[in-house]
This record gives sequence, C-alpha cells and structure tokens, in this order.
Amino acid sequence: MDLEQTARTEALRTEARAWLREHVPARPLPSLETGEGFAAHREWEALLHSGRWSAVSWPEEYGGRGADLFGWLAFEEEYWAAGAPGRVSQNGVSLLAPTLLAHGTAAQRARVLGPMASGEVIWAQAWSEPEAGSDLAALRSRAVRTEGGWLLSGQKTWSSRAAFADRAFGIFRTDPGAAKPHQGLTYLMFGLRDPGVTVRPIGRLDGKPAFAEIFLDEVFVPDEDVIGEPGQGWRIAMSATGDERGLTLRSPGRFLAAAGRLRELWRRAGDPADTALRDRVAEAVIGARAYQLFTAASASRFAAGAALGPESSLNKVFWSRYDIELHETALDLLGPDAEVADTAWAEGYVFALAGPIYAGTNEIQRDIIAERLLGLPKGRR
Amino acid sequence: MRFLLTDEQREFGRSLDALLTAADTPAVLRAWAAGDHGPGRALWGRLADAGVFALAVPEAYGGVGPLPVEAAVACVELGRHAVPGPVAETLAAGVLLAGAGGPVAEEWLPGIASGAAVVSLTLEGYGPYAPDADAADAVFTVTGDELRLAPGPGEPSASADPARRLFRPEPGGAPVAKGPAIRAAARAAGDTAAFATAALALGCGEELLRATVAYVKQRTQFGVPVGSFQAVKHRLADTLLGLEFARPLLYGAAVELASEVSRPGAGAGAGSAEGSSGAGAAVAAAKVAAGEAGYAAARTALQLHGAIGYTEELDLAWWLRRARPLRDVWGTPSACRARVLAG
Repeated sequence: MDLEQTARTEALRTEARAWLREHVPARPLPSLETGEGFAAHREWEALLHSGRWSAVSWPEEYGGRGADLFGWLAFEEEYWAAGAPGRVSQNGVSLLAPTLLAHGTAAQRARVLGPMASGEVIWAQAWSEPEAGSDLAALRSRAVRTEGGWLLSGQKTWSSRAAFADRAFGIFRTDPGAAKPHQGLTYLMFGLRDPGVTVRPIGRLDGKPAFAEIFLDEVFVPDEDVIGEPGQGWRIAMSATGDERGLTLRSPGRFLAAAGRLRELWRRAGDPADTALRDRVAEAVIGARAYQLFTAASASRFAAGAALGPESSLNKVFWSRYDIELHETALDLLGPDAEVADTAWAEGYVFALAGPIYAGTNEIQRDIIAERLLGLPKGRR
Repeated sequence: MRFLLTDEQREFGRSLDALLTAADTPAVLRAWAAGDHGPGRALWGRLADAGVFALAVPEAYGGVGPLPVEAAVACVELGRHAVPGPVAETLAAGVLLAGAGGPVAEEWLPGIASGAAVVSLTLEGYGPYAPDADAADAVFTVTGDELRLAPGPGEPSASADPARRLFRPEPGGAPVAKGPAIRAAARAAGDTAAFATAALALGCGEELLRATVAYVKQRTQFGVPVGSFQAVKHRLADTLLGLEFARPLLYGAAVELASEVSRPGAGAGAGSAEGSSGAGAAVAAAKVAAGEAGYAAARTALQLHGAIGYTEELDLAWWLRRARPLRDVWGTPSACRARVLAG
C-alpha cells in the first residue's frame, strides 16, 4: 500500500505546473455563466489546447496526452491549485468524449474530438425533460426515422451551458412501442442552432443563464450522429453517467485547492476564539484529504482491473455535500461581506447549491447506495 | 501508486475476523465487565499468537514492527469484534518503550510482542485515565521528559462502556527513563494510540452498520421490511458514507506513519527533533473522521433497532456503548481538528 506517483505522473505534474504558472490569467475571467465570460472561457480552452492540456486523458491522436487516471488526477491538482479558470468544455470532455471513445465510430471520434478539445465546439447535455428528471427513463422526446437519419421533436430542460453552447448530446425515444421505459432509446448529437431548435435560457438563482430549455421541432439528425446502435441509448448513457458520478466530474484537486483557500481565509480573517468555525475549517481540510484518498483507492482498484460500480454514488453524495459546507464556512468567515455577490466565494456557493440536484439527485444516490451496496430491499421511492 | 491492501494484508484481516468470530466476544465482554479477565487474557494470547501485538514492537525486541498498515488492519478487526482490554494503549506502549530504549524496553517489549504483557498508560496532553489498569501487567505514565512505572493502578471509575474500567494511576513511582527521547517517544506513542483507536472505531462502526442492515431486512412493519422505507435506507446510506470516507484517511495515516519509520532519524520512537510530524496531522484527521463515523453508526443502529436497541439484552449494546468513548479518547474531535489545522 503506497501513495507514490510514477516518474511519468510526476513529470506530467511538473510540466503542467510550469505551463500553468506561465499561462493562467492573472485576473479571474468573468463568470462563465455569462455571454462575455463564456467567450473568454472558450478562448482559454483554445490556449489550453495549444499546450495540449485541454484533455490530458485522451489518446494523443486526438490532442490528449494519453494520461492514466493518476496522471489526470495529478494534472487536476495542479490545475486548480494554479487558480485556473472553470472548464466550459467539461460536459463534452468528461461526458461525451468517454462515450465516443467507448461507443463511437472512428469517424465520429475524428470529427468531434478535435473541435471539442480546442473549444471551437462547446457541448451541452440534453438529458432531463419537464416530466423526466430523476426518473430519466420516463423521457418523451422522440426521434422518428426519416431518410438518412432521424427527426427530433420534444423538449429538453436544465441543459447546463446550453444558452451559449454549440451542440448537444442526449437520449431520445426511437421505439415508443418498446416493452420497458429504458428500452427503445437512442443516443445522438445535434446542433443547438440547427433548423427547428429553439433555446430558451433559464436564469439560475443568481440570475445568470447557467442552463436552458431546448425545444425541438423535427430537427434532422443524420445517421452519422447516432452514437452506438439505435435502441441502445440507455446502456450507453448509463456508462457515461457512471463516469460522471464516479471519478471525472469533480476531481479532488478542485476541493484540495478550495480547502487551501479556505484555510488562508481562516488565517487572515478567522477569530481564533471561534472554535466552532475553526472546527468547520478543519473539517473542510480533512474532507478534501478524505476525498483525495478515497479517489486514490478507487483509481487503484480501477488500475487493478476492477470496474467502477455503485460506489460512485458515495462519491457523488460526498462531494456535493462537501462543496456546500465548504462554501458556507467561507461565507461565515466573510461576515458582512458574504452578502456581496459576484465574488469567487459567492459564485462558488451558488454553483455548489446545485450539486446535490444534478448528475442524479442525492436522494436517488442514497437509494442506489442502500439497495446496491447495502443490499436493502427496493421500496416505493 | 497502489493505495490498496495487499492480498496478504487482506488475508491477515480475514484470519483475525475468523479467529474472533469463533471466540464469542460477547461472552468474553460479559466476563471482562464482571471483573473476570481470564477469558479476555486468553483471547489476547491468541491474538498475540496471530501476530497482533508484535506489530508495534521492533524486531530488536522480539516484534515485527512497526507495521502501521497491518496494525490498522488488525485494529479494525478487533474493533469489529469489540475485543475488550487496552488494545490501543498496549500498542502505544510498544512505541513508547521502543523510543525510550534501555532496560525498560528490554524488560517489557518482548512480553508485549508475545502477548504475555498487557499494558495501560497515560500520556501528557491526553485524558488522565489508564483504561483497564486492573487487567494490565504494567501501567506507564509520562510527565515531561520522565517515564515512570506507576506503583499501582489507582482508584477505578466506571466507564460508559461497562467493558472498560478507568483508573487514575497512583502518583509517584520511580522514573524508569528520562530525557528528550522520552518526549519524542511519548509524542509518537500518542499518535499510535490515536491511530489504533481510529481503527477500533472504524471496525466498531462497521459492525454496528452490518448488524443494523441485517436487522432492518428482517424486521417487518406495515407488512414490509422496515429496510424498504426510504427514511431508513437514506440514514443507512449516510452511515456507510461516513465509514467509507474515514477508511482512506486511516490508511493514508498508516502510509505516512510507515514512511516516517523508514526515514532515518524521524518518527516513531526514534527520539528525533521537536515539532509535530506530518503523520501527526494525518492521524488526527483519521481519528476524528473514524471516531465521528463510528459514533454516527451507533446513533443510527440505536434508532433503527428501536426500543430493543435501547436495552442491554441485545449484544449490540457492547458496540453501542463503546462507540462514544472511542470517539473521544486519545484526541477529542475538537483536539484532532485543531491538530489538523496546526499542520
């Protein structure tokens, strides 16, 4: 049992640190949930790509570095420690790309991954619908067969970044007569400015249009933009959300950096006599380390050939709760300044509030933990 | 990186689990609580034969240690089975006496390794009680840079856990070792006691969760197992979450303790420089996380067992009453959090 990194991982870390020191913007970019900020973050993605840092875990032929999970984790630690901008391309890089690498065709990978890595094409996800949230398999948006492709109709919602993104991916009902709700679904990609697509941005709690509704009216999708076999969409999507919940959505590096900043804030602004607040700062430091080590254990199991299973639900509940508690502690340390909007802590807080809701609500995750890890009987939800 | 137990380490844990499952620890606990230490000492002997107490004793004194990862594996199993007696204190004494060296080390360490000696102790900066001193062959105290052998166990107080008894060691006793090495050894021993207690707490919590999951699967109300209700499931899911995120902190601390051992002039018992070690903060993090998770498991177990859980008639009571002391001894949560922030 050890925590030693290989020479290859350490070399990647050293190179990333040097590059980031030179390139990370001195002043934070505007919020990526605004039009101006989105554009600035897109430019940042292009710069990252020029250094081959935008997708380190992808194969080299697509602009990555072929880094293994440990390399990716080390890169993420350096990335967030350097105070680098949020990743506007995250949906594509960490959700669609692994799906394409596992289930896509060579032509799809060649066509999609390059522009994704450079930020030229930013991807949004199109899973939820007004009547299909936690019960995603209840989705109704359909794709009807037409010559050379499919015609999409229906409505998607809570689509992160869709207000400014270029393309989207999601699952659609292609066989309404299928015996079960999760059968007869197909995974496909479409353009957010294609004919028949209407995007209505939705302001989140702080008013920023962080997500959107997508209305689809006979939008044509060519066969070449179907991922995997028609009818296999659920299985393919679940492998993607497994990755999302598992290891790649919120890396420990992000929280280690945030806990480090919180610790600095405590040193600067904390009242040493306020041991209750001091304990919460310590809990944030401990939690970041726990998450880092938990992930190291998961990555070690993965490297030893194990699949990432329902324990990814533990991971998701942990970080989403942790993120809120960390930001609440920071706001308490800020005192009257906590109310000031548009600070990094305030923005992080609003972002964190969504964590227990997206990527499978924490209630659903706890059901999964109870049923699949503890073996408790299924019951009414 | 391979942050996983080896097959041998896992097998070691399994073999201890099998040994302890066959030992009927609730009967041993009942005897221990009634003042009959015989069955408990016999069990300690079997654990020593399996190599448990040698893990904290260096080879020069008849041990195989220090091996922190294996010690964590062992203490999780001892916690899972609620083994009575001063487990953390005896392992800490191994580190303390190895750091002290000299005649006291030669006199006591081989016995600790072989299971012939059960030891309790107090260290400055922690609580005043030497647990189970009446069952111990020696009680050590450290004050400043002096290590003493207590002349007697002192007056007992009852513990919230009837299978523990608390003693304030009689004052005095001749110093058996003295000097700066004692301060360093006491610090390393305190870290070892906290580390072992964290592992005991984790094992205790795991057993409380296992027993409660089994119970809610078979207990029916309204015609269905109560474990099918979401309120019950979610509470158990949170309990598992706490334990699963404490475990990597425990083994992370083990790795840091092990690397300190392998660094010449540093760490456990080597009698090195002043100042806190990196392992100390890692141990504190593991201690607070495992202590809180084990205690949360006890609260969950009590609530989900309902009234039957609030009785001494169920063996579960041995685990329920132990979780809180394990959370608090060798570093309260607040003390551990302060230590983490101190670096």
